[in-house]
Amino acid sequence: MAIQEIYDAVMEYDDTRVVELINQELDAGTDVKTILDEGMIAAMDMIGKQFSGGTLFVPEMLMAAEAVQAGLDVLRPHLVGTGTKPAGTVVLGTVRGDLHDIGKNLVGLMLEGGGFRVVDLGVDVDAETFITTAQENEADIIALSSLLTTSMPEMEKAVAAISEANENRNLNIKVMVGGPPINQNYADKIGAHGYGLDAPGAVALARTLVGD
Amino acid sequence: MGQMARQKPGDKTGTLIICCGAVAREIIAMIDANGWDDMRVDCLPAHLHNDPGRIPEGVRRKIRANRDLCERIVVLYSDCGTGGQLEDMLNEEGVESIKGAHCYEVFAGADTFAAMMKAEPGSFILTDFLTQHFERLVVKGLGLDRYPELRSTYFGKYKKLVYLAQSDDLALKAKAEAAAETLGLEFEMRFTGYGDFEKFLREQRR
Ligand code: B12
Repeated sequence: MAIQEIYDAVMEYDDTRVVELINQELDAGTDVKTILDEGMIAAMDMIGKQFSGGTLFVPEMLMAAEAVQAGLDVLRPHLVGTGTKPAGTVVLGTVRGDLHDIGKNLVGLMLEGGGFRVVDLGVDVDAETFITTAQENEADIIALSSLLTTSMPEMEKAVAAISEANENRNLNIKVMVGGPPINQNYADKIGAHGYGLDAPGAVALARTLVGD
Repeated sequence: MGQMARQKPGDKTGTLIICCGAVAREIIAMIDANGWDDMRVDCLPAHLHNDPGRIPEGVRRKIRANRDLCERIVVLYSDCGTGGQLEDMLNEEGVESIKGAHCYEVFAGADTFAAMMKAEPGSFILTDFLTQHFERLVVKGLGLDRYPELRSTYFGKYKKLVYLAQSDDLALKAKAEAAAETLGLEFEMRFTGYGDFEKFLREQRR
């Protein structure tokens, strides 16, 4: 019942209440994974569906995502504590010259909710930073976001640099790409390993890529 | 937004300019100022710019509806975040268009715009149109009226508001300055006039 309240608090964009309820559940000894799956992920899924279906708009979606973020911040140390092995490590960022980060953040939240360790490099990130961070973190995947016509060539450059690093530095990093001007054709053309339409798509894709 | 009433009844000559509602006022002013009487303007709603996936089909409909009504059609839309889909559609229809990423780049000129964004990637751009409708399109459009706390979520990584001015209207400049203050950004103004829109139409007329 109380977990339903966490879900409701996310849908009401009430981050203070989300944090309060999660703390109560943790104190009561509720399983962290249950709070995550039935409270946070379920709410995120619903938000994602409503957003894609056009019934929820960017500002409302952002408010809900902030409530999820606040909840995840409380849960994160406990999740680490459970010793569950992450599904994989993803280095995520928006490519050079582009400062859009709403979609990328949503992808990061869902990946984290889906059990991945996410290293978020933020926005305006150059290819070499993606590669060195992936190396340092022994990442499985680099996830690139782009929203601008002018930053799409930067995505192409980053994919080429990663594939070169895979060869020359003996790495095996997969690249996935996304963002509204990106599509499967473009992803294939620039040689990315996968394209994700939205945040749930990104999680499914990441699972496939680490399963390879 | 419908026909911008420049066509005489029964007119099957002349050039039809199809553009975005966000630049229509400037394009009409430019055509008037140059006395290009054979050109008329039709536009799609400006709000499509936040939903670019719908632009290609919208433009296609306008092309097909007007093909037999004029001698020539020219599209003054740049890619506008359609990821090349607009260009593909225009190639299918055999219609000429202005090149570029978005209207900000066309106003400023591609090289100047690239240099500007390289110098400060955290630049948020306003044109005359966006300045005029800042409350409706930016404040309300992004929900900042309902959720002012989202300001840092949207603009936290931005440093500067650059007002690309098409006219030298002091009242608009003051509005743009106030917009920068609302968003907590530094202010810069650059006069562009009609930029590459004018250059492109001049070339088309040769
Ligand atoms: C919100 C927004 C902004 C906000 C950004 C706030 C922020 N912190 O990100 C503000 C207002 C600040 C802004 C600024 C600008 N913007 Co803007 N913006 C938008 C808008 C309206 C929505 C984008 C968004 O956040 N959508 C919501 C998220 C959840 O969706 P999403 O990004 O598509 O992400 C989903 C999927 O694509 C996918 N995904 C995304 N990334 C990834 C990555 C991977 C790996 C995977 C698998 C999936 C994936 O999953 C996400 C979740 O479902 C779009 C229009 C549009 N509808 O796309 C314009 C748009 C992208 N912006 C545009 C422009 C031009 C700009 C500016 C230059 C405008 C200006 N006036 O200065 C500046 C950019 C400056 C810069 N240096 O980057 C243009 C781009 C046009 C073009 N030709 O490139 C657009 C298309 C609007 C337009 N037609 O003019 N913008």
